Amino acid sequence: MIGVTPETRTARTLRLRLPGLTGHRAGQHVDVRLTAPDGYTAVRSYSVASASPGDELDLTVEELADGEVSPYLVHQVAVGDQLEVRGPVGGWFVWDPADSSPVQLIAGGSGVVPLMAMLRAHAVADPASPGAAAPFRLLYSVRGPDAVYYGSELDALARSPLVDVTVLYTRAAPAGNDRPPRRLDAATLMQSVWPAADNPAVFVCGATAFVETVADWLVLGGHSPARIKTERYGDTGTRP
Amino acid sequence: MTGDVNDLDYLDGNAAAGPLSEFFSTDVVSARCRCASCGRTDALATARLSPNSHGLLLRCPGCTEILMRLVDTGDSVFLDLQGMSFVELRRG
Repeated sequence: MIGVTPETRTARTLRLRLPGLTGHRAGQHVDVRLTAPDGYTAVRSYSVASASPGDELDLTVEELADGEVSPYLVHQVAVGDQLEVRGPVGGWFVWDPADSSPVQLIAGGSGVVPLMAMLRAHAVADPASPGAAAPFRLLYSVRGPDAVYYGSELDALARSPLVDVTVLYTRAAPAGNDRPPRRLDAATLMQSVWPAADNPAVFVCGATAFVETVADWLVLGGHSPARIKTERYGDTGTRP
Repeated sequence: MTGDVNDLDYLDGNAAAGPLSEFFSTDVVSARCRCASCGRTDALATARLSPNSHGLLLRCPGCTEILMRLVDTGDSVFLDLQGMSFVELRRG
């Protein structure tokens, strides 16, 4: 581990150097294995947040209250420590710079991590690649302003004419926000995303219940199931 | 976690990419697999994954029958593919 950046009170970004790594695809994850002194091991998957071509990558880890791995990664592991990592792996939930389709990213809470990798990959994509000119939209459903990851970088990315970022607050909104905090609903979702007629490539990531509900609403709204890729983070009790 | 398919504690087949990389040199979660039970054919990444203390189960998102079972004993890892009747890899 070569660096650490706090994101929120319960999440931080770890920068790792993986000797021999030559880049990765945007949306991939790594498996981190921790081994206790008694030999007990626990493996968890974490999405890569960065989009760098070399042997470094960033993981943003949210602490789960009863987690076996995340509290260690959020509070204990320090620069200079070694971690046992497999990957990056997974060739399905990835954005392909060769695809010129409009892209719709939909994040529930910490589900923004692999979608951030896609936004970053898009921002640094070779201008000759078809995807470099693809318009991106991010819909980011988050508890409150103190739970937002990458806030200032998202503001900066949204200044590009190709990138649109909508943050929906579910419990607490910042002062001056024109929408009172409330859960995402089907109508708000459909108003915020690319119309189905534009045939966007859709990536949804968050807690299982969030992903399930959002994917169902998109299909009811006319989006093709074949265009919707999902990544579920498990049951953390969060619904839209 | 429990194996109850009605729980919302399952993940996507995509999350099995790491363990399966011990068996396959290619990214097999992107491969299309046919459910031996209902015939549904889709990327393995779209299956429902239930991790447990000794491995993982992948279930068909259509009929919830078991597609694949992986058991890790530490010294060995076992892969049961009985629930799939074919795997299609696309080149390039």
